Amino acid sequence: MSETTAPARRGLFASERARTIAISVVVVAVVAWSAIGLDYSGLATFNPSLALEALRGLLSPDWGYVYDGSGEDLISLLLLTIGIAFLGTAIATVLAIPFALVSSRTLWHNPVVPRVGKFVCNVLRAFPELVYAIIFVRVVGPGPFAGALAIGVHQIGMLGKLFTEQIEAMDEAPVEAVRAVGGNFWQSLFYARLPQLMPIFSSLSLNHFEIAVRSASTLGLVGAGGIGAPLIFAIQARNWATVSIILIGVVVAVFAIDLLGGAIRKRLR
Amino acid sequence: MKISETVHFDWYKNLFVVLVLVACVVASATVTDADFAEVIQGGPQVTAFLERFMQPDFSYIPTLIDPMIRTIKMSVLGTVIGFAVAVPLAFLATTVVTRNQVVTAIFRFILDVVRTIPNLLLAALTVAIVGIGEFSGVITIAVFTLGVVSQLIFETIETVDEGPIEAAEAVGATRVQIAFWSIAPQVMSQLASYLFYAFEINVRASTVLGYVGAGGIGVILNSSLGLLRYDRVSVIILMIFVVVAVVDFLSEAVRRRLA
Repeated sequence: MSETTAPARRGLFASERARTIAISVVVVAVVAWSAIGLDYSGLATFNPSLALEALRGLLSPDWGYVYDGSGEDLISLLLLTIGIAFLGTAIATVLAIPFALVSSRTLWHNPVVPRVGKFVCNVLRAFPELVYAIIFVRVVGPGPFAGALAIGVHQIGMLGKLFTEQIEAMDEAPVEAVRAVGGNFWQSLFYARLPQLMPIFSSLSLNHFEIAVRSASTLGLVGAGGIGAPLIFAIQARNWATVSIILIGVVVAVFAIDLLGGAIRKRLR
Repeated sequence: MKISETVHFDWYKNLFVVLVLVACVVASATVTDADFAEVIQGGPQVTAFLERFMQPDFSYIPTLIDPMIRTIKMSVLGTVIGFAVAVPLAFLATTVVTRNQVVTAIFRFILDVVRTIPNLLLAALTVAIVGIGEFSGVITIAVFTLGVVSQLIFETIETVDEGPIEAAEAVGATRVQIAFWSIAPQVMSQLASYLFYAFEINVRASTVLGYVGAGGIGVILNSSLGLLRYDRVSVIILMIFVVVAVVDFLSEAVRRRLA
């Protein structure tokens, strides 16, 4: 496969050909091991006629669900989902900045502090959003706010890490210039660092808002609001026409937000 | 950096952006019924969670190894299947290969749609159609991989050197021959790198698929959360953390050698 083009750098194999064969054998063995060990018993219940029925339902979306003025229709729920994503990313952006300031190697003389900051961000990122959602549903009760908090806390870890990388990689010349004329730490932060970092931070936040819209549409599975709950109910009830229209709605919304975000991010650069 | 790039210039534009953002935050806080006092009130829940969470039940580890291995197997198989489907589709989604705007636009559109469906919704849908089990997880991961990898591949193909393509065209090669002999050799090592990158993402994603019945460690994560066994949840998350870190490390090492 692809490994053929990589030159043999180690003397482990006699020729490039031997190396290619060895790698192919390993890859095939790993794939085969994965394929054989899985449990296919679920497939026994697979019913072609049910699957066909699902496909037929998916191809005839229930357009009546798009808007019926009840507040439980597709458009209101999609707006709610986008609201969850926006609030979550807003919380994360605001809170990620102090995290990033603590985690940035270049801002501290003490090497321990940034390491602790990075560790906290790593831990925050380690939890899947769904786990946060389950916890926050317990804390603030089921509803969209729990979803926003879940996205917020998860993205503090994501954005904190990305912001830190940007701060550590930034051009230090303006900072030195401010320090040279007697500016203190905060002045160098506001007059030299932030102007340079703002466009990148905004771009990263926007990108995470796009990601958050995708997440927000799934958090309803655990009662954290948004379009996910009606979707899972429709799937369980095998109400494929509704499933279909919700999926179309999610795809269109995600698509539109991605386009919008992409356009704004291009201007930020 | 020029002085005109500092915050003092264009302040009216900045003010406008800030106002719009504040309006959006207020609007989103209103629709989501945000009440930050609730977070404080719910504090005991958080401390109760953290208390149990901080005492991981390490005796649970042996029970977790098998589901974890299954999760990795699901990821391997799903990644490979998705990748195998993604390569030809991504080739068809570039004008470099097809020289046909319409064909390319159609395939791009299909891939864009596939990419926008969130992972967990895809899993829920697959479980409903195919049935509960690991096989649904494999299908979900395959479709997810298709979305992620195809974009990376067609973006790479668009940057290839046109020389070999022109040379092949000049001697009358067909489009398929050009794809195989002029384009593929140029992008092979990057493609392999994307395969490992996708595997990394998939291991991370596959850990929650069990929530909707698509097999793997997510099933146990879900039941532990449901039973409020946070001491187990913490062991599971620790395990996911370690496995993801190991996979990241291995895959990065492989990718560095491929680059």
